[in-house]
Amino acid sequence: MKIFVTTKRVTDPDVKIKVKPDGSGIATEGIDYKVNPFDEIAVEEAIRINEKQGGEVVVVSIGSGASTKEVRSGLAMGAQRGILVKTDDYLDSLGTATVLKKIVDDEKPDLILMGKQAVDGDNNQVGQILADMLGYAQACFASKIELGDDQKTARVTREVDGGFDHVEVDLPAVITADLRLNEPRYASLPGIMKAKKKPINEMELSSLGLDTTPKVVWHKFSEPAERKAGIKVPDVPTLVSKLKDEAKVL
Amino acid sequence: MALNYDLSEEQQILRSSVRKFAKDVIKPVARELDEREEFSYDTMKSMAELGLFGVFVSPEHGGQGLDYVSYIIATEEIARVDGSHAATVAAGNSLGIGPLNYYGSEEQKKKYLPKLCAGQGLWGFGLTEPNAGSDAGGSQTTAVPDGNEWVINGSKIFITNAANKISMGVTIQAVTGKRPDGKKELSCFLVEHGTKGFTAKEMHGKLMWRSSNTAELYFEDCRIPRENLLGRQGDGFHQMLSTLDGGRLSIGAMGLGCGQGAFDLALAYSQERQQFGRPICKFQAIAFKLADMAMEIELARNLMYKAGWLRDNQRPFAQEAAMAKLYCSELARRVSNHAVQIHGGYGLMKEYDVERFYRDAKFLEIGEGTSEVQRIVISRQIGC
Ligand SMILES: Cc1cc2nc3c(=O)[nH]c(=O)nc-3n(C[C@H](O)[C@H](O)[C@H](O)COP(=O)(O)OP(=O)(O)OC[C@H]3O[C@@H](n4cnc5c(N)ncnc54)[C@H](O)[C@@H]3O)c2cc1C
Repeated sequence: MKIFVTTKRVTDPDVKIKVKPDGSGIATEGIDYKVNPFDEIAVEEAIRINEKQGGEVVVVSIGSGASTKEVRSGLAMGAQRGILVKTDDYLDSLGTATVLKKIVDDEKPDLILMGKQAVDGDNNQVGQILADMLGYAQACFASKIELGDDQKTARVTREVDGGFDHVEVDLPAVITADLRLNEPRYASLPGIMKAKKKPINEMELSSLGLDTTPKVVWHKFSEPAERKAGIKVPDVPTLVSKLKDEAKVL
Repeated sequence: MALNYDLSEEQQILRSSVRKFAKDVIKPVARELDEREEFSYDTMKSMAELGLFGVFVSPEHGGQGLDYVSYIIATEEIARVDGSHAATVAAGNSLGIGPLNYYGSEEQKKKYLPKLCAGQGLWGFGLTEPNAGSDAGGSQTTAVPDGNEWVINGSKIFITNAANKISMGVTIQAVTGKRPDGKKELSCFLVEHGTKGFTAKEMHGKLMWRSSNTAELYFEDCRIPRENLLGRQGDGFHQMLSTLDGGRLSIGAMGLGCGQGAFDLALAYSQERQQFGRPICKFQAIAFKLADMAMEIELARNLMYKAGWLRDNQRPFAQEAAMAKLYCSELARRVSNHAVQIHGGYGLMKEYDVERFYRDAKFLEIGEGTSEVQRIVISRQIGC
């Protein structure tokens, strides 16, 4: 079974980011980049399926030339090869899905696994748009994936508001990973060494002949309003009266 | 365009993977293991699965085949979270595996390295004796040939990784005769655990590295096969000293990690702790301290990685290794001291990790050559 899995290069989610003084974007000086955490979960799932079923896991990324690191991270976890579409341009969700569709058309994977969203833009759209463009079934926010014996279908448990939704999709399909799907493995030292020799096919976005002009553009970035410090109340009656009279929540 | 500060892609991936591992797997248990003075076989197993043993050994002998800078980064990231675990890794690699890897015969390598690189076993490095510490050439332990065997008598003290359930053996230095110049002839030997006449006893009551295993070794008419000599007879002191050159990079990396870890704690605390109506990091006295700490860590890292780079490029690195060990270990002590100061009274409580960094830092100025010894090494290198 051939599985596609995406790894987006995002700013390290553990580091506090700052907005540029002119509001044109995020200040990137001294910032570390990592694989989008939801994508790591997708990679882990792809590798687990691969360890059982055999076949191939292909890591796909779109981004600057430096994104080979994020592709290589997927290879270090155990994927077999990588594809990087290089561009320094900003792509919106539609643009990203357009590029991925092209790669899928060329490579024809049996399953596409993605993070449910990237933690930088937090759009939560690419998987859905891609599935629609391809005319494939989609199962987003997966917390469990079981392949049918014939590998033609997948049963997916989706995390939805207030519970779980169980769906069965025909393959090929697009499945996006939620937080609880699995706990991604650490790239081991031998894994990292092996990844060094695995192939990454790099191509320029401009060479693909696609229209990726963004329809959604960022106008301005600003820091969220600073939260005011809370107050300490001496006792429970004061708390209750404040909740009643001032906050009016009781 | 030759000067380049970029880490390779592999080194970057390794750093983020080991950092996450240390945070998820070691950090949650480190305080309690330290308190109970307990070596953890669970975390040992996880560290082994990650590939933290045999980092620079070739895959042919079961190692990971990485460079020395990668090894430094891995050690630094573990030390950033806990000194004891970093000690197990650092001593395991540079003192345990190192001499076997560099001086072992093909047979010795085949016999021991795969298991040690898989982290199924640990190997000790027995240089220090009760009467031979900084004066490492002053060994009193003797090895006398007898037929097809060597007979060893003597004792060693403070030997890391040498007395727990997975300790497989030790490399020891012993006197094998007199050299023509009248000095002791020193040679190294491999002694397996379970050999008759060899006992390893765990030492307790340490101030620091409390969940790392430390042993006293006793040899009483301990007989080992002739072929357990490491390398050539008379090469022992040279082998030990060059092992220590590598070991210094390990201790340096631990100092760097310890300093960085203590700094992380201090910075976070200073941003949260409010006095006089504002976070204490807004007071210049605290802010300047943190600025100095950040600067010194940056300096330490540059020196440390340069020493590793020299080694990776087959350049002489003994002087830089001693400098990195000295600077990084003293950095760890200074930074952990400031970090406790920034924590005020809370920094003295076991509930706060920073007190462990403060204790663990002290060893780094003593082990694998005290700061005084490093200054001797450096001053000789520069021609004093
Ligand atoms: C937890 C732990 C783990 C260890 N692990 C190992 C291990 O795995 N293998 C191993 O072989 N050893 C190990 N050691 C031993 C360690 O390397 C020694 O403790 C260290 O080398 C110092 O030797 P010493 O303790 O005998 O001190 P001494 O040599 O007695 O030194 C005492 C003081 O005198 C100073 N001094 C000595 N000579 C001079 C001089 N010429 N000029 C100026 N000052 C001098 C020293 O710097 C020091 O301040 C370990 C120690 C500890 C505590």
